[in-house]
Amino acid sequence: MSTAMSLDPEAVLADVRTFVDDEVVPHAEEFDRTERLPRSLLDRVGQLGLWAPFLSVDIGGAGLDMVTLGRIHEEVGRGCSGLRSMLTVHGMVSWSVGRWGSAEQRDRWLAPLISGDTFGVFCLSEPDSGSDATAAGTLAEADGSGWVINGHKKWITGGQVADLLLVFARTGPGMSAFLVPSQTPGVEITPIPNMLGTRSSMIAEIVLRDVRVGAEAMIGPPGWAAGTVMTGALDLGRYSVACGSVGIVQACLDACVAYTSRRTVHDGRLRDLQLIRRKISDMVTSARAARLLCEHAGRLKDAGDPATIMATWVAKYHASTAATAAASDAVQIHGANGCSPDYPAARLYRDSKIMEIIEGSTEIQQTTIAEEAYREVA
Amino acid sequence: MSDTARADLRRFITAKYPAIELTDDQDIFALGFVNSLFAMELVMFVEKTFGTQIPNDELRLDHFRSVNAMVQLVHRLNAPTSQASNA
Repeated sequence: MSTAMSLDPEAVLADVRTFVDDEVVPHAEEFDRTERLPRSLLDRVGQLGLWAPFLSVDIGGAGLDMVTLGRIHEEVGRGCSGLRSMLTVHGMVSWSVGRWGSAEQRDRWLAPLISGDTFGVFCLSEPDSGSDATAAGTLAEADGSGWVINGHKKWITGGQVADLLLVFARTGPGMSAFLVPSQTPGVEITPIPNMLGTRSSMIAEIVLRDVRVGAEAMIGPPGWAAGTVMTGALDLGRYSVACGSVGIVQACLDACVAYTSRRTVHDGRLRDLQLIRRKISDMVTSARAARLLCEHAGRLKDAGDPATIMATWVAKYHASTAATAAASDAVQIHGANGCSPDYPAARLYRDSKIMEIIEGSTEIQQTTIAEEAYREVA
Repeated sequence: MSDTARADLRRFITAKYPAIELTDDQDIFALGFVNSLFAMELVMFVEKTFGTQIPNDELRLDHFRSVNAMVQLVHRLNAPTSQASNA
C-alpha cells in the first residue's frame, strides 16, 4: 500500500493526477448519473493516503502541508466534485478530532479516519438553518453522565455512507459538538436524491431521535468555545471547496480547449473565433488567479497565521464564482453538446453552482469580506 | 514576557479594530464585534505568537475577555508546569 506518509508532496501529487486521470475522470459522468461513488473508489482514496494526510505525524498522520493538500483537492475537483466533497467533509471531521479530541477520542477514531475505514461527516446544517449556524435547533440535554440528542440535520455530504457523525447541538445557551457513531440507536439516515450538483457525494438528511451518548462523546470545549471548533473545521472545508473550484475551472478549460480544437464551423475551427478565445483566456486567467489565492491561504495555514481565515474566505469567493463563470462559458462553447451528458460541461455547470452555496454562500462571503475592509479602514 | 505579550495582544486587536480605544481590562466581548471568526483568529494568534497550543480546558470565554485575561492565559500556558493536553 502506498501512503502519503511514505512519499514527498510532489510524488503524492503525481500519484493523485494519475489516479484522477485514470480512475476518476473516465467515470465521473457515471458517478453523477448513478448518484454514487463505488466503494472501490473510496478504498483507493484510502490506499493513496488521501483522507486526512494533513494530520500531524505525532498523532498518526502524514504531516502533509496545506498547500499540497489544496493542490490534491484541486486535482480531485478537476475530476469529480462529488469525490472532492467527500474529501472535504471527512477532512473536517478528522481535523476536528486531531485538533480538539481528547486522548481517548484520538485513540478511538483517528486511525480509522486516516485509513478511511471510518467515514466521518459534518452535521451542522438543518432544514431551517444552513449558513446561520446559530439558528440550529438540534438539542443535546444532559442525562445522567451522558447526553440525549434530538434534532434534524440536512444536506449532509456523505451521509449515506457515514460511520461517524460530528454533530453540532445546542447545550443550554451555547453550542457543543459531539462524536456520534452512525449505528447509535435513534440515528436515522435518509438519502436525498436528485440534487442539482455534486450528485455523487451521497447527500442525506439525518434525524436524531433520543440518541443517547456518553459524556465522552463531546468533543472540544462546550459553549462559546465550540464556535472555534465549528469555525476551524469550516475554515478547512472552505479551503477545500476553494481548491476544488479551481479544479472545476481547470476542467472547463481542458474540455473547451479540446472541444474547440476539434469542432469546425463554417470554414474554420471554433478555436479560431475571437469570441471563443476571449472565453478561453478568461478561464486561463481565472484558474491561475484562483490557484494563487488558494496557495496564499494554504501558506498562511502552514504558518499558523490567523490571516489564513480571511484569506480563505477571499480564495473561496473568487474561486467559486470563477468556477460558475467558467462552467457557464463551457456550456455555451459546447452548445447543445454542453447540455447533454455526453460531455462534462453540463456536470461541471451543475457542480459549480454548489460551490457558491456550500461552506458559506457567495453572499455571506461578500458581506464578510467587505466587513473586514470597512473595519480595517474605519 | 508580560509586557511583550501585552503589547503583542494589543497590537493584534487594534490592527483588526483600529477604531476602538482599547484598555487592558476592557471586556472586548461587550464591544459587540467579537464573532466566531475573530475568536478563531485570536486562538490562532495566541498559539502562533506564544508557541503553544491552547488545551480545551483553557478555551473559555473568560480567558479571552480582555487583554489582561489573555496575558494571564499566556503566562499559564508558558509556565514550566503547564501541560497542554486536551482533556
